[in-house]
Amino acid sequence: MSIYLDKNSKVIVQGITGAEGSYHTGRMLAYGTNVVGGVTPGKGGQKTEHGLPVFNTVKEAMDATGATHQCIFVPPPAAADALFEAYEAGIRFSVCITEGVPVHDVLKVVGATPGMRIIGPNCPGLISPGKSSIGIMPGHVFKEGNVGLISRSGTLTYEVVDLLTRAGFGQSTAVGIGGDPIIGTTFVDCLREFKNDPQTEAIVLCGEIGGSDEEDAAAYIKEHMPDMPIVAFIGGRNAPPGKSLGHAGAIISGKFGTPESKINAFKSAGVPVADRPSQIPGLLAQRMPARV
Amino acid sequence: MNLMEYQGKELFRRAGIPVPRSQHVTTADEAASFVGGNPGNWVVKAQVLMGGRGKAGKIKFAKNAEEARTVAAEIMATPMPPNRQNPKGEPINSLLVEETLSVSKEAYAAIAIDRTTKKPVLMVSAFGGMDIEEVAEKHPESIAKAFVETAAGFWPHIGRELAFKANLDPGYRKALPGILAGLYELFFRYGAKLVEINPLVLTEDGRVIAADSKVELDDDALYKNPEFKQWQTALPLDEDETLATKAGLGIRNFRRFDGNVGTMANGAGLAMGTMDAVKNAGGSFANFLDVGGGANAERVRNCYELVMNHTDAKVFFINIFGGITRCDEVAKGIVEALNTTKSRKVPLVIRLTGTNEEQGRRILADAGMTPVETMDDGAAEAVKLAGV
Repeated sequence: MSIYLDKNSKVIVQGITGAEGSYHTGRMLAYGTNVVGGVTPGKGGQKTEHGLPVFNTVKEAMDATGATHQCIFVPPPAAADALFEAYEAGIRFSVCITEGVPVHDVLKVVGATPGMRIIGPNCPGLISPGKSSIGIMPGHVFKEGNVGLISRSGTLTYEVVDLLTRAGFGQSTAVGIGGDPIIGTTFVDCLREFKNDPQTEAIVLCGEIGGSDEEDAAAYIKEHMPDMPIVAFIGGRNAPPGKSLGHAGAIISGKFGTPESKINAFKSAGVPVADRPSQIPGLLAQRMPARV
Repeated sequence: MNLMEYQGKELFRRAGIPVPRSQHVTTADEAASFVGGNPGNWVVKAQVLMGGRGKAGKIKFAKNAEEARTVAAEIMATPMPPNRQNPKGEPINSLLVEETLSVSKEAYAAIAIDRTTKKPVLMVSAFGGMDIEEVAEKHPESIAKAFVETAAGFWPHIGRELAFKANLDPGYRKALPGILAGLYELFFRYGAKLVEINPLVLTEDGRVIAADSKVELDDDALYKNPEFKQWQTALPLDEDETLATKAGLGIRNFRRFDGNVGTMANGAGLAMGTMDAVKNAGGSFANFLDVGGGANAERVRNCYELVMNHTDAKVFFINIFGGITRCDEVAKGIVEALNTTKSRKVPLVIRLTGTNEEQGRRILADAGMTPVETMDDGAAEAVKLAGV
């Protein structure tokens, strides 16, 4: 198994003929993702450089390909529109890579698309190693295995995955949930899925300062999955209050979003918190044997 | 983007929220001539983004033109004093001359975005005029909240319920739904992340008036309201943001600190992780810097110079994880940047791993540089080289 994404997932790319969309479609295909086509209004009927069909609308793409998943590489002002178009066409799984989407646009989308799973925006996507990848994660650092990974960051995730893979811990699915204040899928959403996934036997959770997603995750773990081996890490422990560092959502406002609050929440849920990424494999090994 | 009080009140006025009669001025003479032509009791308030104006003596009263001139000159004579978040203080370039209110009660009203429910949250409290975080800590039960379904929007009953739940003085009851409706309208119309009235004053003669404003607009939505570009020029970016923009980085990608280990990483998470690693190794970081994707020579040089010219860095720790970014390209960028820079030279510590790592290491080795193996090793080496 794995969560959200497997070999059978049929993926369309919105913005497939743009520079980013085209480049990463090539990478997804190389990884083995079943990309079945893309959408660029006005270019319907053409083929991409990868030989994939281009459609004018998501509806046309759905009808022709039976797509189940989509990946969005459109500019920020067009992102919410792309999400709504996909929703109305019947897509129920959408990954929005775009950074800089107005937060009110995201509010409107998440409030009016019940039943659609949205990953992001401002995220690197997700990958079920050995099966499929949607987004921009570098497939070669991942290895199929039984550790689920959830992270708000991109490169820090690759760092952690690299450490895990080298230590003999492969991954079931890794989800980059994104660095914005409002995101479609939270830690808790992913935990709920991992809980029911037979392939996932342990979880690594990479949080960062800002918001209360980590505290919510800790509360969920305490109540619903106390026996699952889980290790957490909090990035940005030394960030100053009141200033976003890189991610719009990585901001400490007053007493909210501080690393102390998150670390305490995890500790009270029995989840060890690594002081640095290099400690994660060791903490995981204490709770489960490594095997790939 | 944060708005100043007078700009926020301009938005309040547009949304039909009552605000005191006022005049925005930029000199003491203008303040004096306005008060001279409009007899009454006036208050002169510095227009700055920092909080704590009252304590800093930047809000003063005036009954006539001469007093207005004197207090305006006093307020503008010195900048806002520094605090922890604004170590350089803030210059005072303009003032709001405003009708003095006869205050009976002070309440609090705001709309923010709740990250957990992913909905706008309305907050009302009878404890106005205080720092809301202090209220949240000392009297959490006093803050009444309502989460709004975006599809349904705001309806007056939400305001009525909040007035009762927050135990507001009955004098507020009639006006509050209309004021919250106005706040909600401008919150959506302008894509705000926060709109706050603190205090929301009930006057002796029964009027409900927004005595102060705090509005934070979403930078990502500014393109929808081009008129604010004009306001933005009135609101300088802070120094770090200005430097970042000049170096071709996003405004959130660079931030300076007091330490002596300069840092650069690709990706915000890794850049924060790099700072944490320096701290874990017993050192102090001079900056946060996310170089972003595509770290070519020009980008690397700009970042190197940014850190060398504007921080006390004694060593430069480059931490790259090549995912999409290719290590050989970054290595070329580093070598070329250092060969062409005119900035001061400090020891470099380079950690380079991921895609095309071998080629990257070879390029660095040919240029006489030896990368370290891990982020922790790099941080330890950098801290050692930087000394105390």
